[in-house]
Amino acid sequence: MDLPASPAELAERLDAVDYLADDGIATAAFLALRMGRPLFVEGEAGVGKTALAHALAEVLQAPLIRLQCYEGLDAAQALYDWDFPRQLLHLRTAEAAGITDPEQLEHELYDRRFLIARPLLRAIETIPSVLLVDEIDRADDEFEAFLLEVLSDFTISVPEIGTVRAEQPPVVVVTSNRTREVHDALKRRCLYQWLDYPDFDREVAVIHRRIPAASDVLVADVARATQRMREMDLLKPPGLAEAIDWTAALQALGARGLDLDLAARTLGAAVKYHEDQQRVLAVAAEGGLA
Amino acid sequence: MTAVAAMVGFARTLRAAGIAVGPERVHAWVEALRHLDPGQTAHVYWSGRLTLCSGPDDLAVYDAAFAAYFGEHPIGAPRRRVPIATVIVPVAVEGEPDGSDEADDTRSLAVSASRQEVLRHRDIARLSAAERAEVGRLLAALSPSGPTRRSRRRRPARHGRLDPARTVRAMLRRGGEPAQLYHHERMNRPRRLVLLIDISGSMAPYADSLLRFAHAACRRRPATEVFTIGTRLTRVSRELRQPDPDQALAAASASVPDWSGGTRLGEQLKAFLDRWGQRGTARGAVVVLASDGWERGDVSLLGVQMARLHRLAHRVVWVSPHVGKEGFAPATAGLQAALPSVDQLVAGNTAAALDRLAKLISQEEISRPRYRHGDATATGIG
Repeated sequence: MDLPASPAELAERLDAVDYLADDGIATAAFLALRMGRPLFVEGEAGVGKTALAHALAEVLQAPLIRLQCYEGLDAAQALYDWDFPRQLLHLRTAEAAGITDPEQLEHELYDRRFLIARPLLRAIETIPSVLLVDEIDRADDEFEAFLLEVLSDFTISVPEIGTVRAEQPPVVVVTSNRTREVHDALKRRCLYQWLDYPDFDREVAVIHRRIPAASDVLVADVARATQRMREMDLLKPPGLAEAIDWTAALQALGARGLDLDLAARTLGAAVKYHEDQQRVLAVAAEGGLA
Repeated sequence: MTAVAAMVGFARTLRAAGIAVGPERVHAWVEALRHLDPGQTAHVYWSGRLTLCSGPDDLAVYDAAFAAYFGEHPIGAPRRRVPIATVIVPVAVEGEPDGSDEADDTRSLAVSASRQEVLRHRDIARLSAAERAEVGRLLAALSPSGPTRRSRRRRPARHGRLDPARTVRAMLRRGGEPAQLYHHERMNRPRRLVLLIDISGSMAPYADSLLRFAHAACRRRPATEVFTIGTRLTRVSRELRQPDPDQALAAASASVPDWSGGTRLGEQLKAFLDRWGQRGTARGAVVVLASDGWERGDVSLLGVQMARLHRLAHRVVWVSPHVGKEGFAPATAGLQAALPSVDQLVAGNTAAALDRLAKLISQEEISRPRYRHGDATATGIG
C-alpha cells in the first residue's frame, strides 16, 4: 500500500475515484492513514460518510470490510464464531473413521478452518484492508466498550487458538449519525471529522460526477433547490445522497431542467416526510425554489 | 516560543473555553502535525480540529479560539452552519403569578409531624433558604429512573429460547451428544429519561429543586439527558453528571445563560426536537417536561411540537408547580395546547410531589387517561 505524501495528493487520488474531498476530509483521511488511527466521521445523514470509506478502499486498492451496527450486536457477529454444523460433521466423520483419541479430536475441532471470521477479525487478518464500522450510534454501550478494546491494539484473542494480531492495522472509518452520543473514550482513540452539507459549487460538482448524463441546467436547478430546502427548517433536510437520487429520478424522466410539475412528481426522492413535502411544494408553487 | 509550547498554550485556551482537551489529545495533535506542514495555517487548523474536538458543539468554540490565538482565520475551512438553538431576546413579563397569591395549601398539616415531614409537603416557593437547603438534601436522596424495556441483547438463563451457540459448544465437549440444553433470554434495559426544565421567571422558585431532581436522576443513570428551556435551549446533562449536587448545580447554572428570563416553550421545544429529540434522544424515552405552561403569543407551535414529541417518546409527563393547588385548572393557553399530547399531568411544587414523580416515571405500565381539549377539571394522577 503506497501512502500519499500529502493531503493534496490524497485529494487528487480520491478525485480519481469520483470522491470530491475538501481540505478537511483530505487532511482527516491523510492523517488516519499516516497515524494509523481510526477516523470517526459524524454528520447529517447522506453527506458522504460511508462513501468516504468506499472511496478510500478504492484508492488503496484494498477490500472494504463493513460492519453494520445495531442494538444487540455481539462478539459472535462482530468478531468470530465457530462453524458448529461443520464441527459436528467432522466429529461424526472422525467417529466413523475410528479416531477415538480425545485430545487429537479436540485439537482438530478447534482448527482455524472451523472458525468463521466476522468483520473485525476479517479486517485484522486481511492486509491491507479498510474497515467500515457503520452507524456506531446504533449499537449499544456494551459493543462500544468492546470495539474500543479491538481498536486500541488491533488484536483479537480466540481462547481455543490464540491471539490474532494485525501485522498492519487496517484503515478504520467509524461513522455516526449522532442519534446518541458515543462515549468519549472511543472518540479519544480516533480522529474526529464533522461532515457538513456541501456548498453549492461542491454539490453541483458531486452530482455531475455521479450522474454524468444529467444536463448542466438540471444539476444546477437541483442543487439550488436542495440548498434552499436545507434553509427551510424541514424535519429532515435532504442530504447530498438525496440530491443525487433526485437528479437520477429526474434524469430517468428525461428532464432537462426542474419545473413545478416535475418537482411534484419526483419530490419523494429528496424529501421523505409528508409534512416536509407539503411545505416544499407550497414554497415551490410561489417560485421559491428557483 | 517553540511550536509545541504554542500548541500546549492553545490547548489550555480551548480548555478554558470549555472543550475537554486532555494531554492525550494534545499529544495526538503534535503527532498529527509531524505528518503535515506546520507552516501552513490550514494544516495546523485541520490537524487541531481533528484531534482536539469531539463533537459539532466544539467546532464553533474551536474556530473562535483558533482565530483569537493564532490571529488568523483558517484558510480553506468551509463555512459551517452549526445548528445552534435560536436566541430570542427576552420579552417583558406581565401579569405573571409569582406563587405568593396561591392558596395557603399545606401549612395546616399536623404540627406534631416531624419537621421534615412538614417540609416535604410545603410549597418550595415559600421556603426560607435554610429550609430549601434541607429540601435539597431530601431531593438528593431520590433516585429517579425510567422504566425498563426489552433489549435485543440476550443473556444466559435457565428458561427461555434455546441458546444454540452454548448448547452446541457443550455438545462438542461431550463428543457430540446433546446432553444438556442451554437457554438464553432477552435482557431488560432502562429507558432513557429526558428532563426538560423551564427556567423562566415564573418557574424561578422551582428551578433549583427541579434541577436537583434532575441531578439525582443523572447520578442514578448517567445516560439521562437534561435540558433547560428559557429564551434558549441549554443542555446541562454533562454538568449534572458530577457526583456532588452543589457542584453539579453550580456548573449547570454557570452554563445556562438565561435564568429567569422569558420563555418560548414552543420554539425551544422545536429546537430540542430538531437537534436532539428526533435523532434519538427522545425516541422511546420517558420525557418529563417541567413548566407552568405560560406561553406568550401563539400556542399553535407548542401544540404541534408536543404532538411531535409524543409520537417519538414512550411517555410524556408534564410537571406543573400549580397542579393540585386549590382552584387549579389547566387553563393556561400553553397547557391547553399541550394536553392532548401529555400522558400524565402531575404536581411538582413540593418535595413529596417530586418523590411521587420519581416513582411515577419508573412505573412500567400506565393507564393512559388522555386529557382532551376542554377537560378543564382534570388535575392528573397525584
